[in-house]
Amino acid sequence: MEYILIFITAIFVNNIVLSQFLGICPFLGVSKKVSTASGMGAAVTFVLVLATIVTYLIQHYVLNPNGLQYLQTIAFILVIAALVQMVEIILKKVSPSLYQALGVFLPLITTNCCILGVAILVIQKDYDLLQGIVYAASTALGFALAMVVFAGLREQLQFSKVPKPFDGMPIALITAGLLAMAFMGFSGVDGGLSRLFGL
Amino acid sequence: MNNFRIILNGIIKENPTFVLLLGMCPTLGTTSSAINGMSMGLATMFVLILSNLIISLIKNLIPDMVRIPSYIVVIASLVTILQMVMQAYVPDIYATLGLFIPLIVVNCIILGRAEAFAAKNNPLASICDGIGIGIGFTLALTLLGAVREFLGTGAVFGFTLQGESYGMLLFVLAPGAFIALGYLIAAVNKIKK
Repeated sequence: MEYILIFITAIFVNNIVLSQFLGICPFLGVSKKVSTASGMGAAVTFVLVLATIVTYLIQHYVLNPNGLQYLQTIAFILVIAALVQMVEIILKKVSPSLYQALGVFLPLITTNCCILGVAILVIQKDYDLLQGIVYAASTALGFALAMVVFAGLREQLQFSKVPKPFDGMPIALITAGLLAMAFMGFSGVDGGLSRLFGL
Repeated sequence: MNNFRIILNGIIKENPTFVLLLGMCPTLGTTSSAINGMSMGLATMFVLILSNLIISLIKNLIPDMVRIPSYIVVIASLVTILQMVMQAYVPDIYATLGLFIPLIVVNCIILGRAEAFAAKNNPLASICDGIGIGIGFTLALTLLGAVREFLGTGAVFGFTLQGESYGMLLFVLAPGAFIALGYLIAAVNKIKK
């Protein structure tokens, strides 16, 4: 039940993009077409889960026992950068078709703040490994959902006439604001669910 | 004179928020009030100036192949220093900004300036670029924070300008960040014309 709560909360209530403002760069940058948006969503899901597992292990088996918590930021970003490189190399060898689909997005992911953000949040929220994995996976799904919905809206937006100063980024931001407003409708769902499950 | 132009360039012509559209996560995430926006801007400026200086000093020592990872290590070390200093001296602001302080590491403005400016210019010009871009970013965040705080609570920097009942709560919440920034960029586009 606890996992369902984490799942629903991370996707809808505290959506990583629309209510926590992490991963805005890819959200605004590669959301012009639904196909690229879903590709980016898949790539982030893959890397985010892997990165969360690795950083969790590093925090609990390397940093904590040695009292090196203050090295968290440096250790995590290096691990994530190395991990992304490794995933790229392995994918190229093992599954060229998957590499074709995700390849272009992988280099962009290192500086995607939702990867480092979620890795730190999992430590801050004091999750155990399984909770962390569920949290990371559902956060990534929430990211993919927001990306795909937003890309769909932007595809429609191309056909409408927009006043000149609003063309491009401003109208995209205002659309994202309306989307965030829609997602605000989910606030309170987590509280209701935890009462329902008696947590 | 030339260095002065570099500073001005960062504030106006290459304003990171309104023109380059970089570093959107902290821009949207920390500007629920003017003071929060300003603190985030200053924290980023601290890292930006020092990272520009250090990278322009060591640019000839780093092999080209590993330059991006080396830049990231320099930036991450500076962010760790910033985290410790803020925890010690301004714990309240550190707590409010929370996750966004460690996330300065992945702020594309900093890596972008390291790659586009500091790796090609002398230390003094790099410091000036850091100051310019830093001021540009701080001004943009403070402006966005002030607009959101005013519309949301009727106050600016905590000073009430309108009655208590005036606030549109929406602008302090998440959707207001997107909408306010959208209108500000549109206004900047209009002025530039």
